[in-house]
Amino acid sequence: MAARKATTKSNVSAEELKGYYRDMLLIRRFEEKAGQLYGMGLIGGFCHLYIGQEAVVVGLEAAAEEGDKRVTSYRDHGHMLACGMDPNGVMAELTGREGGYSKGKGGSMHMFSKEKHFYGGHGIVAAQVPLGAGLAFADKYKDNGRVTFTYFGDGAANQGQVYEAYNMAELWDLPVIFVIENNQYAMGTSTKRSTKSPSYWERGAAYGIPGEEVDGMDVLAVKAAGQKAVAHCRAGKGPYILEIKTYRYRGHSMSDPAKYRTREEVQKMRDERDPIEAVRSMLLTGKHASEDDLKAIDKEIKQIVNASAEFAKESPEPALDELWTDIYADDAAPQNA
Amino acid sequence: MATEILMPALSPTMEEGTLAKWLVNEGDTVSSGDIMAEIETDKATMEFEAVDEGTIGKILVPAGTEGVKVNTPIAVLLEEGEDASDIAASAAPAAEAAPAAAAPAAPAATSAAPEAPVSDTSPDYPEGTAMKSQTVREALRDAMAEEMRADENVFLMGEEVAEYQGAYKVSQGLLDEFGAKRVIDTPITEHGFAGIGVGAAFGGLRPIVEFMTWNFAMQAIDQIINSAAKTLYMSGGQMGAPMVFRGPNGAAARVGAQHSQDYAAWYMQVPGLKVVMPYSAADAKGLMKTAIRDNNPVCFLENEILYGRSFDVPDMDDFTIPFGKARIWREGTDVTLVSFGIGMQYALEAAEKLAEDGISAEVIDLRTIRPMDTATIINSVMKTNRCVTVEEGWPQGSVGSYISSVLMQQAFDYLDAPVINCTGKDVPMPYAANLEKHALITTDEVIEAVKQVTYR
Repeated sequence: MAARKATTKSNVSAEELKGYYRDMLLIRRFEEKAGQLYGMGLIGGFCHLYIGQEAVVVGLEAAAEEGDKRVTSYRDHGHMLACGMDPNGVMAELTGREGGYSKGKGGSMHMFSKEKHFYGGHGIVAAQVPLGAGLAFADKYKDNGRVTFTYFGDGAANQGQVYEAYNMAELWDLPVIFVIENNQYAMGTSTKRSTKSPSYWERGAAYGIPGEEVDGMDVLAVKAAGQKAVAHCRAGKGPYILEIKTYRYRGHSMSDPAKYRTREEVQKMRDERDPIEAVRSMLLTGKHASEDDLKAIDKEIKQIVNASAEFAKESPEPALDELWTDIYADDAAPQNA
Repeated sequence: MATEILMPALSPTMEEGTLAKWLVNEGDTVSSGDIMAEIETDKATMEFEAVDEGTIGKILVPAGTEGVKVNTPIAVLLEEGEDASDIAASAAPAAEAAPAAAAPAAPAATSAAPEAPVSDTSPDYPEGTAMKSQTVREALRDAMAEEMRADENVFLMGEEVAEYQGAYKVSQGLLDEFGAKRVIDTPITEHGFAGIGVGAAFGGLRPIVEFMTWNFAMQAIDQIINSAAKTLYMSGGQMGAPMVFRGPNGAAARVGAQHSQDYAAWYMQVPGLKVVMPYSAADAKGLMKTAIRDNNPVCFLENEILYGRSFDVPDMDDFTIPFGKARIWREGTDVTLVSFGIGMQYALEAAEKLAEDGISAEVIDLRTIRPMDTATIINSVMKTNRCVTVEEGWPQGSVGSYISSVLMQQAFDYLDAPVINCTGKDVPMPYAANLEKHALITTDEVIEAVKQVTYR
């Protein structure tokens, strides 16, 4: 077994590294396929792709344990795939079909999995931040040792409720990791045009919350920071902030022409900082994997993604009586027990 | 097999566009993420990226073509080992159109069929139950305490609920009994703690979130509606928010416009929420216990003026009142008065005075606004043929206007007069004592409305 082969970068096995490569590639290919299905009219409404940001969720999931929770915004496909949700169910939700995670009633921005402890998928910018603190509140109340990853963007970081949540999370020592995915653009407004704060994570200091900036194009750096944050939370020391510097290659949503930045800027990121290429090159130069090994992974991913697209096209639209279900919980059985 | 590249939809509403520019030529190889063309939509010029890798075999739609319909093949992509001769064999399926189908009607179909609906007329508690006199405040406290004893996942959070014993003393004594883990003082941060409450409900707890008044909950209304009320639906039934939002609602006395609003009609509109607005102490207790046990988010609208008022409350171990069951306070034959919350005091006073004039009014307390017991209202109107609604909220889009529409649709043939909605005046609440009195609904206005519908 090749599990002992350490890379120069950090103490990581070849198998792990291949796993990160595979997980990031799954997100990338899935999102490309979603973009294609959107173009064909099979996905409607808003569709926010995660391409470029893959190392953030894959790195943090590598630091999570079974039972830990996660909640995020509407740019949520990557988070769902990274925490192990079924690509078929995610893609079928994008196409609004019965086989989707929300039976087609949530769509791209509103998806959930109780089984995988994924609490959405929320469409209102920053609303998920107090929700994540609340999930952590429940875990602390139950004293179960779990942590909650609460993801939001640099755009959400200027919303007031983020700081209301910071204040209470630190006041009550809630086990929540606030993950700021700083992709530098809040839709079309760059961080420079949004704030004079030099960094977002430092704002935590006003509430007594420690944090740090992380290179979000380096999955191993993200994982290492995630482990540190998780250890802080599990030790009962309260929340932790990770400001993860990342970059989205695509527009804010499918209908964003992205004229607020140059093509060169995007191309430079792709060429020099791509998180998947970085791991690919680490695998090849460290001789942890051959070109053929990686081709086999590429092929496997392509099959999974194509199968998810087929499933999402074949799955029927929800039955019309679904319009009237799930508005109120069945009072006979306790919810969320 | 060669694949056709289709004209993409690049916005939620795009049906056709202009193929402005090709950035690749026939024979070029492309890989996923490469920009192949620029496409003008109705809103912007967008870059169009390759999804699959291959060689551009043929460009089917030249640059500059306008009005290219979405899903029209615009080029052909060849895979490794293919050449132009493979092009003819390809045929990409166009996106299948969603079958158009009529949406089914709401399960509770409205109909003008004048048949008596079935209403639950069972008593709230067994005959002969011992009663004790309690204020609404004490009844609410007892209801929370009993449910907290029964379920350790129930907790109370809000401003001044613990050490201060409640801004209006509704939570008096709860900190002593249940401790700081379950009775939690929050900072003044409604948006934040409402969201934390909803998150805690997603996480398996049963929060009671107190707003010092419902006026302040406007800071938190996004979490109440978008997060608490809609998640069960958006998750396809996987998770929801079993919790209670509670606090005093409506006008108190001399606190001006920003502290004197009735939100019954606002929250009543939202599917996914249940809305309760009790009048008596017994109802406050029985409905609060039901609210805490309910698996959905409940907006529990209390009233500061009613907190100190005493009523008889059944002295039982476990007294609950189901939602969606109105209470007939007074039977009558000439007119139906429908109200809820503090509106009931005007309705009952009016009925008393009307009786002196020989007009027999039936007085219905809705108790829960959503679900609403419209069956009890309709059955009463089928008997009295007249209806007046009474509430403190504003007229436009009031609870009463909804009741009027239900009666129009389901009991039209039984109405001998138009329904009148007695509401608060259509003004922000003034501070001056005389103006405030006029802004609120008055007993005299209710009496006047009844005389109008009974043609006296």
